[in-house]
Amino acid sequence: MKKIALLFALVLFAVTAYAQSAPTVHDKKDSPAAVGSVKSDRDARIEALEMQLRSLVDEVTVLRGELGELRKASLSAPAADRSKPLTASNSEPAVPPIAAAPSSPAPAAQTTQTPSFGGATSNAKLLNPDISLIGDFIGAVGRNRVAPSRALELHESELGITAIIDPFARADVFVSFGEEGVEVEEGYVTFTSLPAGLLLKVGKLRAEFGKVNTIHNHALSFIDRPLVTNNLVGGEDGIDDAGFSLSRFVKGPKDWFLQGTAQVFRGDSFNLFTANRRQDVSVVGHVRAYKDLTESTNLDLGASYARGHNELGSRFLTNLYGADATFRWKPVRRAIYNSVLFRNELVWSARDQLSASNSFQTQRAFGLYSSLDYRMNRRWTVGGRFDRSGRATDARLTDTGFSTILTYWPSEFSQIRSQYRFSRYGQGGNANELLFQFLFVMGAHGAHPF
Amino acid sequence: MQTYRLQIRIGAVAAAFALFAALVMSAPSHAAGTLQVMTATSDLAALAQEIGGDKITVESIARGYQDPHFVEAKPSFLLKLRKADILIVVGLDLEIGWLPPLITQSTNPKIQVGAPGYFDASRFAQILEVPGGQVSRAEGDVHPQGNPHYWLDPQNGLRIGKGIKDKLSEMRPNDAAYFAQRYTAFEQRLKQADQKWLEAMKPYAGRKIVTYHRSWPNFAKHFSLNVIGYVEPLPGIPPSPQHTIELIKQMKNDNVKIIAVEPYFDLKTPNAIARGTGGQVVVLIPSVGGEKEITDYFKLFDYNIAKLKQAFDSTR
Repeated sequence: MKKIALLFALVLFAVTAYAQSAPTVHDKKDSPAAVGSVKSDRDARIEALEMQLRSLVDEVTVLRGELGELRKASLSAPAADRSKPLTASNSEPAVPPIAAAPSSPAPAAQTTQTPSFGGATSNAKLLNPDISLIGDFIGAVGRNRVAPSRALELHESELGITAIIDPFARADVFVSFGEEGVEVEEGYVTFTSLPAGLLLKVGKLRAEFGKVNTIHNHALSFIDRPLVTNNLVGGEDGIDDAGFSLSRFVKGPKDWFLQGTAQVFRGDSFNLFTANRRQDVSVVGHVRAYKDLTESTNLDLGASYARGHNELGSRFLTNLYGADATFRWKPVRRAIYNSVLFRNELVWSARDQLSASNSFQTQRAFGLYSSLDYRMNRRWTVGGRFDRSGRATDARLTDTGFSTILTYWPSEFSQIRSQYRFSRYGQGGNANELLFQFLFVMGAHGAHPF
Repeated sequence: MQTYRLQIRIGAVAAAFALFAALVMSAPSHAAGTLQVMTATSDLAALAQEIGGDKITVESIARGYQDPHFVEAKPSFLLKLRKADILIVVGLDLEIGWLPPLITQSTNPKIQVGAPGYFDASRFAQILEVPGGQVSRAEGDVHPQGNPHYWLDPQNGLRIGKGIKDKLSEMRPNDAAYFAQRYTAFEQRLKQADQKWLEAMKPYAGRKIVTYHRSWPNFAKHFSLNVIGYVEPLPGIPPSPQHTIELIKQMKNDNVKIIAVEPYFDLKTPNAIARGTGGQVVVLIPSVGGEKEITDYFKLFDYNIAKLKQAFDSTR
């Protein structure tokens, strides 16, 4: 075997060596007579090249002159014209409109606006991804001894970078700068052109467990996340892990939209799942059923399942079961003024752990929230939420609470909100708190939440 | 340990089964004859219908009486987008808040951005209000690539129609002659209708109006109207008392009587302005289907011109 390889290498070497030396061999065998003819040939070619060069030099001088004149002209033009980006030149009348433009049916009135075919593009942005930054400033007053939060904090600055990667995929990355440091909240590529209607996401993503787990902080209807998320689904970040997500939708009977999602993650989600070994992956499954009741109302139902290993070891599993129901009302003719979002989620948790007497036990806890948002007009929304949840590690302790919230929208790109929150904790102790939040969005216009 | 292994095995089998089931349920095949066209707005649907005739089926996501900036990305649209051969969009970031997630989730390779079935109508139209220099949201929800309400100029309708004709012919070469013939007929009818519209609007050339949103620059330019102000202080920003007072003052100064409002905006402020100026609120329809009788692109102009004429005459 070795010999064959050696032989092959030798042959390869010989072939390349021959190929490289081939031109020189050709030179050597030229006779003196041939040399003479080659010489005259060369002279002729050099002469031709010189001619070409001269004509090019002439052309360049002519062009230079023209350029100078153009520069002078543009300098004397009004300042407003100069501030136009380079690409605005496609809106100059001097550039003929695209061939698709038909002759006008009747001469249009001349206005000061310069016509342009096709929208403007900015060269600087040409291949850059869409970038946005969302600032989330939260303050709290009142006393909370069980789960205190800071008086004032820039809770999160979320940098969103999204782009179409190629004709078959797009990518979304959200980096969250918070008080505790920097974290990639989500970063995944979505393959959009797979066969059989499959949608594949690969990367770190918020798991498709229920509704609130998929929503970013700034898109929540409330300043905080519901108690059930904090108690049973890993806290603010929820199930957020590196893995794969595969989903597919079908048209169900009676115009129901049905969607199934299967996800496999490494198995590390803060406060919830821990991968002690490589095999300790976590899985999440979600089934969604959606139906338009009328043009303005719809119903969105879901069932979720998540399973992973917890921090006690590979033998200790945490199983989560979820159900969610959302009712939306948004009159199509007055969509920006009035809408209602009524959302409910139920979560059951079954967590393997060791009891006080060090024996294996499964702790079963249940939690829910029910929330209602109402947009009163273009600028104001009000909302309320009821919370109740057991603790994952000790189901005897049940926390309850309720919140009301008022949001003011100066524009689509900022929100000012205030939330009153009452909490009664299982181990005793009530908390009355007033939270407030300022949200601001800069950069690329993201998708509206649905 | 034994039960744990079993669980893993069951999990793996279940996952494999789900994948298999997903793959076996093949995507529904549709008739090869008619092209399935989806459009972002009803105007593009109307234009596509003019060119495509009975060789296409066409449906719009947004309704004519809906604010095209704020359509909801309902999953039910995915069922329709998945089957589409062509998706025609307005572009210029008009649908930025709702269409991109729908396109991504549609799992339809044909209509992904850049695919042959993705058709951006703005590339064929004359675009106004393209900002030069720096753009920031200090100017409101400004569209950095120009005003996206360009379909309200019949000449742009014709340009888009031609673009659609070329696209349909490219995708169905066998029907190219049919599309070309329909386009020629459309061109003739539209030119005739435009003569009529221009004639009707001639007496009002140069008249000043106020509109709610910047939806009408192309319309105003084509019909020689002069939009001197907006009910919105800035695009996408709801009316403020201060701006309203200034607008009333300006309207009185310039003797402006007409306040044109899109059907999806609240009439409270426009009515107040009308009372303050002795003017009149006219609900103009920016899209096909905005009123029941507006069933095609021609009737859109018929309706709006009739409304404007009536309003101009009664506020002389």
